[in-house]
Order: sequence, then structure tokens, then C-alpha cells
Amino acid sequence: MSRLGAQVRTELQLVSRNGEQLLLTLGIPVMLLVFFSTVDVLPTGTDDPVDFLAPGVLALAVMSTAMVSLGIGTGFERTYKVLKRLGATPLGRGRLIGAKIISVVAVEMVQFAVLVPVALLLGWDPPSPDWLMAALAVVLGTVAFAGIGLTLAGRLRGEINLAAQNAIYLALLLLGGMVVPFAELPAPVRAVAYLLPSGALSDVLREALTDVGARPGASWVVLTCWAVATPLLARRLFRFE
Amino acid sequence: MLQVVRRSGRLAPNVRGVSDFDSGSVDGSRMGAPRPGGTSTAVEVEALTVRYGDLVAVNGISFQADHGQITAVLGPNGAGKTSTIEVCEGYRRPTSGTVRVLGMVPADDQAKLSERMGVMLQEGGVYPSARVRDVVRHYCALYDRGVDADELVERVGLGERAGATWRRLSGGEKQRVSLALALAARPEVAFLDEPTSGVDVHGRDTIRDVVRRLADDGCAVVLATHELDEAERIADRVVIFDRGEVIADGTLDELRRGHDEIRFRTVPGLDLVALEAATGLVAVTLGDDEYLVRIASDPQVVSVLSGWLAVQGHPLIDLRAGAQRLEDVFRRLTSTESGPNEDPR
Repeated sequence: MSRLGAQVRTELQLVSRNGEQLLLTLGIPVMLLVFFSTVDVLPTGTDDPVDFLAPGVLALAVMSTAMVSLGIGTGFERTYKVLKRLGATPLGRGRLIGAKIISVVAVEMVQFAVLVPVALLLGWDPPSPDWLMAALAVVLGTVAFAGIGLTLAGRLRGEINLAAQNAIYLALLLLGGMVVPFAELPAPVRAVAYLLPSGALSDVLREALTDVGARPGASWVVLTCWAVATPLLARRLFRFE
Repeated sequence: MLQVVRRSGRLAPNVRGVSDFDSGSVDGSRMGAPRPGGTSTAVEVEALTVRYGDLVAVNGISFQADHGQITAVLGPNGAGKTSTIEVCEGYRRPTSGTVRVLGMVPADDQAKLSERMGVMLQEGGVYPSARVRDVVRHYCALYDRGVDADELVERVGLGERAGATWRRLSGGEKQRVSLALALAARPEVAFLDEPTSGVDVHGRDTIRDVVRRLADDGCAVVLATHELDEAERIADRVVIFDRGEVIADGTLDELRRGHDEIRFRTVPGLDLVALEAATGLVAVTLGDDEYLVRIASDPQVVSVLSGWLAVQGHPLIDLRAGAQRLEDVFRRLTSTESGPNEDPR
């Protein structure tokens, strides 16, 4: 097995055996999708809540994996000196980062393979979904969130990183138009929410899949900016030890 | 050859006996001396200095480690052992001086060097949820040197724990996993930081056997330890660190040779004047009931001493005669205040 392959296998083994990570990446998105689709309490503005929720929960899945799961896992690897030890092997940083990217993409594919059928079973019926555009949004979102997750993981101690990632996750979830529509937010908060990576990703996904984005043109620009800025920030700030 | 190095600055007042250890033993040539038995040098450290801001962790040290030998790096708190090893491993750059490992500059050539180098960190290095078998397989694949992971797990005595996760292992078992990861490289040079720390007796035996075989196969093993007994049992060569400097460097025999003595324990307050008058032996008091005579020990001297004690009606509680133990050498050379404890660096 190649070195890259060996590292990918280990990354996926660790993710698949970690109960908290499975809850975060699969459990919570599925629960939110099922609960709020069947219990109509959210002011979604759509005939069927799942039409609003499905793109938002897909955006949430991307954030859970690319930012929180990757960030917390990498943070603890740093704390436990796993990264330091790997640094003295022939793996190299390039393959290590490559393995993490492949691992994140693999988990996202599993998430979509679960979430999309669940949404369809709940009655989601996107009229003319542009899956190519959605895939591009997912790629940009993955890069943007991974940059945030790795920036925090590369600077903060394990437990502080864990707390920070969870706090940011909650804020980005509530303000990011994933389960609460932008229209329900107070105007000043809404202005900020549009500029968040979660807000931009959920908006462009909603536009790509259901054609009802709030301001898709601006959201593409915002998402692209995040996808460029956060990896640069991570590259500058990340410390392997 | 034995190299006892005089400190560059003033001696600390509680460093005892460096001067008499120095006498007749100073070797000015620090590098390049051929090794007995035609061994070749794998690690060359020359005038290495490592600073952290204003703190000088390592101050102009030099030593070598050869293929086929176990070189123990010994030192008390803050002696600079781990800083030195981390430069050798390529984790940090020297502030000044040069380090070559297998002919390479570690910080510049870490990618190439890592293919031939085994590393055992002082602690950690493995994700807590990783299973023993999986993590060893992982490292065998990363090094790709044809090492069989299952055989390696057996070799370090963890066959029955192969399915356990790292977090479930005892301290000693973790050390053996870390050693296995170093062996996965089939290394030509290995840096092992405190490999037997926290390991039980049987585990130590296993680790010593494995490390000995590694050296016998030609690997240059550099082993940092604060455990004098461990260094004495396993090392071919000992480099003693203190306060960022190397204060002695030689084989065990060389370090202990020329310092014969007789240590004995009997009643407190022994009449040393009477002892000298009767036997000619000049003794000094080491502790309440412990005494030291600096003299080449032969059976005649021991007989005279024990005979005098018998005549005086004093018990002979303990007697040790001959070359010093490494612990005695170490105490003689380093501060006794901090003692040979864990090195936090």
C-alpha cells in the first residue's frame, strides 16, 4: 500500500471508530433533517419544510466534516504528538494533508449518500437541481471550512480547540441560514450572516438545488473569498507542534 | 577513548570531584578519533548550541555515535538531552554548530533521513483510539522497508495486546509500541528517548533485548535516559550531559576505570584516625555509617580493613570494592541538587 493510501486508511479508521465524530457528521444532520421536516415549527417559507431544510443540512454536513471533525481530530493529533511523530516518517506534510483531504471528501460522500435519500424519502422534490453547481459549492465550502478548522487546530491546545470549534459550529449553524431562514434574523444580524461561510454555502446550495437563494451572486463571491483566505491563514498560522 | 570535559564556565560549588576525575584523563581532541573495532560514525555532533530566547539549552557540545553501538545520553534535569536529540532528528535547527546523521544535515534532509531513521518520542505520538496492530501496520506501510507488522508486535512482546487501543495500554506497553514504531523503519540510526521509563521488569528485559539486537545488526542507537542503572546495563558508550554541556564521554569501562575505591558501611562515628593509624587506610565519611577509601582494591586491602573492623567489634553492614558504579561517576560529575530526574525539555 502506498504511503498516501496507508495514511488515508488510518484517517478513515479513526473517524469511523469515533462515536462523537459520527454523531457530529451523520447523527445531528440526519436528526435535524428528519425532525424539522416532520415537525413543522420552522418559518421556512416553503410549502414543505424539507424543501428549505435539505440544502441547508447538506451545507451543515460539509461544515461538520470539513471544519469541526477535521479541526478537532487534527487538534488532538497535535496535542498527542501524533503529528510530531509522523513528521519523522517518510510520509511528508504533502501526503499528510492530501490524506486528510481525501478522508474529508470520503466522509462527505457518505453523508450525501445518506442525507439525499433521507430528504427524498421525506418528500424533497427539487424541481431542476444543478448538481454540478452544488458540487462546486461543496468544494469551495469544504476548502473554506477546512481552513478555519485547521487554523484553530494548529494554534490552540486540544481542549480549547475543541471548545472553540463547537462554539463556532453552533454560531455558524444558527446564523448560517441552514435551519433558520435569513429572513427571520434581525436586519443587522442578517447582514453579518450573509457574510459568514455557512451563510454563503447554504445560500448557494439552495440556489443550485432549489433555485431560491436569497442573494446567490453575492454569496458565491463571499464563499470564494473564504475559500481563498482561510487556507492561506491556516498555512501561515498552523504549527505542527 | 575517555573524554572528560572541563566546563567552559565556573564550576558550580556542588559539583563534586570534577577536578580529580579530570586528572590524567582529559583528551583535547573531541572529534574524529577512530573507534576501537573499526566501527563507523553515524551521528556527529560538533560544537552544537541550542538557545530558546535567552535560555541556552545546549552549549557547544560535541560527541559521536557509531554504528553497532548503543550510545546512552545521560543527564539530570534540564541538561539538554532532548534538545540535542531533537536537533539530530531534524525537529529543530541548531543555533550554531553542526550535526550530521548518516552524513546528512537533519533539518535540511529530514525527508531522506526519515527513511533510514527510527524515532521514539519521550511520550505520546499515537492517537488514543488507535489499536496496537493498526498503528504498527500503519508505520510499517509508511516506512515501506519490508518489516512485517505482526512479527514486530510479537517481537516487542505485545502479541496478546495487539487488539487493544493505545488509551488502554499501560505506560510500559505504550513504550513498547513506540519502540515498535521506531523499528518499523528498519533503522540505520535510532533515537530513543527514555525507552524504559515506566516499564516493568519483564518489559525492560524485552526492550533491552530488542535494542541490543538492533545495535548488533549494525544500527547506531542513541538512547536518552535519566536512569543510570539502565545506561549501565545497556550502553556501550555513555555521554554525560549537565547544564547543556557534555562533561564526560566514553565507554562504560573508560568512565569507571582509574577510580577504584572501597565503600563500606559499619557503625556511625567510626574512629577514622585509629583506622589510619592501624592500617594506613585513609577513609572519608560519606553518610552516617558509610565510608569511602580511595584505593585500588585488592583482596589484601579488603582483608586488612575487615580484619580491623572485626578487632574493633564493628559490624560490616555493606562492602563494595573495585571500579565505581556509573551512579558514582555520575554523582561525582554532576550536581547532586537536582539529581538524575526527568528531563523536561
